[in-house]
Amino acid sequence: MNALLLAVDVPPISNVTIWGAGPLGFNKTAAIYVFAALATMLVFVLGTRRKDALVPAGLMQNTAESGVGFVRNQIIMQTMGTDGLQYLPYLTALFFFIFFSSITEIIPFVQFPANARFGMPLTLALVTWVIYNVVGVVKQGPLHYLKNSLIPPGVPKPILILVIPIEFVSTFIVRPFSLMVRLFANMLAGHLILVTFAALSAGLWAAKVTVVIMPFSFALLVAMTGFEILVAFLQAFIFTILTAVYIDSSMHPSH
Amino acid sequence: MALLHLLLAQAAADPTKGLTAIGRGIVYGGAAIGPGIGIGLVVGNAITAMARQPESAGTVRTTMFLGIAFTEALALFGFVLAFIISG
Repeated sequence: MNALLLAVDVPPISNVTIWGAGPLGFNKTAAIYVFAALATMLVFVLGTRRKDALVPAGLMQNTAESGVGFVRNQIIMQTMGTDGLQYLPYLTALFFFIFFSSITEIIPFVQFPANARFGMPLTLALVTWVIYNVVGVVKQGPLHYLKNSLIPPGVPKPILILVIPIEFVSTFIVRPFSLMVRLFANMLAGHLILVTFAALSAGLWAAKVTVVIMPFSFALLVAMTGFEILVAFLQAFIFTILTAVYIDSSMHPSH
Repeated sequence: MALLHLLLAQAAADPTKGLTAIGRGIVYGGAAIGPGIGIGLVVGNAITAMARQPESAGTVRTTMFLGIAFTEALALFGFVLAFIISG
């Protein structure tokens, strides 16, 4: 139990790119991801035990059923329609995994969002990238997929010289990159805000003269902690719905 | 300019440190201008749409979050870039 594991010391910002030491490189980030994966599995294994029961009961079954209902109605039906229901298991698992690995940001004594290190957001973004490209190639054929994703409908011929490189960069490079940066930078920014106000509160408490303004800093710390619950939920929602939108653009090209 | 000279005088031992900090501030500040305006437009128009047609609020809200996500990505690029810059 060293100080880094308990999040009591504030490492310099350059630690963002350093995968810390430990047996097999197993650190706090990895531990949180194991927790998130186990929690996701636990919700659905325990939530689906009572298969014959019509009325849901218990925390796990209610969580699992409302989670599936949320992903189905708010994400898939809004973007892909009934065609996309085959992606319901993956998108639900994605939503719960991202939520569980981000919500550790506000859990006492953990207080670190694992997604503030860009390894896992990058991996998830690459999985999304592979899925929507494979779906596009399988559903439309390689040439049609390339044509539909590079040439927007209704563009005059001469402008295509300009449009095709832009569309190529935006579809195949910027999409997974922005997906990764969005999740990673949002969690990192939220974590830095909480660290700043926590360190400020502690510093003001220690300083004798300026202790009068310490309650304001502490109040903002509490408020931002509440705000981070919203951010963790919203980022899981946005990552999932963007995955759905990208798969939809491969399934149903605009004509 | 006066502020710059003051900072340079303070960081006389290592003047690049102060300049790096200024550069980081400019990068993130500049990157936040456009997305700030953009998110304001997205949310403002979404509220107008919801007020005019409350029955379509669900669809508008989903689209609004998508628009916010695409717009704020630029600000987050600036946020990450500000950390990448090293003096």
